[in-house]
Amino acid sequence: MMELVCPAGTPAALRAAVQAGAHAVYCGFADETNARNFPGLNFSREEMAAGVAHAHANGAKVLVAINTFPRAGSEDLWHRAVADAESAGADAVILADLGLLAHAAEHHPRLRRHLSVQAAAANPDAINFYAEAFGVRRVVLPRVLTVEEIAAINRDIDVETEVFVFGGLCVMAEGRCSLSSYATGRSPNMNGVCSPASHVAYAEEGDELAARLGGFTIHRTPKGAPAPYPTLCKGAFVSGDQTGHVFEDPVSLDATRLIPALAKAGVSALKIEGRQRSRAYVAEVVRSFRAAVEAQAAGRPLPEATLAKLTEGQAATTGAYAKIWR
Amino acid sequence: MPLPMDLTVGPNLFFWDAEAVRAFYEGLAATPVARVVLGEVVCSKRLPFWQDEIPRAVETLLEAGKEVAVTSLALVTLPRERRMTADLPGTGLPIEVNDLTALLHIPEGQPFWVGPLVNVYNEGTLRWLAARGATRVCLPPELPLASIRALARTGRDLGVAVEVWGHGRVPLAISGRCYHARLHDRPKDACLFVCGEDPDGRDVETLDGQPFLAVNGVQTLSQSTASMALQAGALAEAGVASLRLSPQSRDFADICAGYADLLAGSLPGEALARRLAPLAPGGRLSDGFVNGPSGAAWSGPHG
Amino acid sequence: MPSSDLPRLPRGLSLLAGTLPLMPVSLALTRLTRDLSARHPGIRARLGSFADRRFLLDLEDLPVVLLLEPGGDRPRVRACRRGREPGHDARIRGPVSAFLGMLHGRLDGDALFFSRDLVVEGDTEAVLALRNAIDDAEIDLSEEAGHLTGLAAPAVRGALGLAERLTGVALSRGLEAGA
Repeated sequence: MMELVCPAGTPAALRAAVQAGAHAVYCGFADETNARNFPGLNFSREEMAAGVAHAHANGAKVLVAINTFPRAGSEDLWHRAVADAESAGADAVILADLGLLAHAAEHHPRLRRHLSVQAAAANPDAINFYAEAFGVRRVVLPRVLTVEEIAAINRDIDVETEVFVFGGLCVMAEGRCSLSSYATGRSPNMNGVCSPASHVAYAEEGDELAARLGGFTIHRTPKGAPAPYPTLCKGAFVSGDQTGHVFEDPVSLDATRLIPALAKAGVSALKIEGRQRSRAYVAEVVRSFRAAVEAQAAGRPLPEATLAKLTEGQAATTGAYAKIWR
Repeated sequence: MPLPMDLTVGPNLFFWDAEAVRAFYEGLAATPVARVVLGEVVCSKRLPFWQDEIPRAVETLLEAGKEVAVTSLALVTLPRERRMTADLPGTGLPIEVNDLTALLHIPEGQPFWVGPLVNVYNEGTLRWLAARGATRVCLPPELPLASIRALARTGRDLGVAVEVWGHGRVPLAISGRCYHARLHDRPKDACLFVCGEDPDGRDVETLDGQPFLAVNGVQTLSQSTASMALQAGALAEAGVASLRLSPQSRDFADICAGYADLLAGSLPGEALARRLAPLAPGGRLSDGFVNGPSGAAWSGPHG
Repeated sequence: MPSSDLPRLPRGLSLLAGTLPLMPVSLALTRLTRDLSARHPGIRARLGSFADRRFLLDLEDLPVVLLLEPGGDRPRVRACRRGREPGHDARIRGPVSAFLGMLHGRLDGDALFFSRDLVVEGDTEAVLALRNAIDDAEIDLSEEAGHLTGLAAPAVRGALGLAERLTGVALSRGLEAGA
């Protein structure tokens, strides 16, 4: 069966994921070392150790995301995170930065290393480079590839691949985007936040809800229409005579029906996005996907999808997995 | 007072026809820049239209005494793009790595450069790249001055020249999706090369008419033109070795000359900024990544 | 579609609530919040520097709004008539069932935001911190009410369970808590 890798922003969400059937849970420490550095979220050292113990007692793994790019002059903070993940008993760390990968390979050789989607390794040569240089055992593929390209990649590499199947969708190559810091000064790579809440302002203007990020208007939503996150790349903009979602519509990824094709393409693990979401989201999405991967493994038809309400814009896409997206 | 930095011209990010490319590099040969990186960095489909200009441009620039390197693509997914990347060492020129894919093809011990689209955020990464053969690194444009200073210091210890984005619309993101094709309602595979209509990118404004971004095929840029005119002193003091000037379709030789005067100490930063603003596509400058509240901010007076 | 299928308080109950004197309501809710805060220290830890923000909970199917001040050693809740609202840093507007559903881990805050059942104004970051802190606490109001009333706990739980079934509003963690 393909491994189901599920998000947890809090210990309660970790327990909810394990209970709902997660094979593995990914989470991060409560600081800028992980790419979901949101207020009120993430794990203290004690919570991480307890979370790992709880997951292991229930047959699930814990993968610790340390996937921002360490700040010059402060690399210690990231080095400590890797060491503390190992002593908490984590099954793997998810890393993106070259220097941090080199550090982990040298100082924590027995700690399994996964390559974060933030490293944007999008072809076999890049993946083989990370595997050879740093002993990376699994690669989380960037969301710019079609299913055919994923299959071709798996033919040319010796490490496992993990792909996103549900949740928020980056339209840019992850880890290579500075849109957020251009508008707000804070970025996924440096601060672990994209379009941070601290820089969001909503205003009711006439019949519209205007959302601004760092003073830039990201969208205006008419009364009654579904509200998107104020995420920069999913905003509505004007270019020449065109007005609309220049980069991406406010939709999120749901690749449930592609699970058989992804299995055939040689994918080892399916990842659900959403460490910033509630335990209610985690429980519902994980339960649904666990049923789907079990059905796929047993050769049964996939259960009907029921997750639309949890998705942004309340609409789903299969994203780059279908070539037409480009 | 002269500033101990020189000028590097980055690869042209836009899709210009062969004649425009030829005229550009002929003009560049006469400017006081120290080195030039050329080649296609954004979209592999563009290259056939102008690649025959590359050998002539290289020859012209080398004859004019410039160092010349060739860039790798920023995002490599297709088999054709992997082949292009694998072929780079065959050019005999130094390679500027803008995607780590290229590293697999550079023999151990062969020196290479690292471009602004590779994530070099800290000393550990710089050290690893230096050990692998990097001799020159242009830092990612979003880095603040404190990081630049720390990396320039480490670079000096390692013998790696550290470069900073000095002028030009800032590359902010790269995608699998082509926004030019999307704006024209065309699939990427039948884009008909519409990005060629916008030699400095296509402007994107907010719904309230604020200038914001520019799209360039699969790349997203800032609409403002970053300029280190007012930051050059601080960057030199931090130990930065070179400013990178990114090509734009008009007045580029003037722009190079302006920065050369700034580094020579004969033109104050404020005067250069006043000269640059009307030459920038859209007329706006920014320098906020280095020292401001956000990348879009500008430390000088407006208007 | 927004303003969807979330249960609303029956109009009679809502009108009845409007006749309650505000002072005793404020005192009871403050007492409940202090008990909760003492039993779930993780909430304060997760709120961090956002604990000193003032949150206006705008319960749109009630004639009152609640001002929640989680900060200091002594959290406070003040009930106020709509239209005479006190100063605040953030306002969260939605039906009672949305608040209780989130509190009990049955509804997802982001999904309520997408559907416009929940509207946030002001300090968005503080609202996120509060939402995340409460989501991690695994609060069960029926259990908490049980704590309050000591020996009468089973009877109170039974009454709340009945209310839950009649109104469709989540007053406990339900199935999730069982496992």
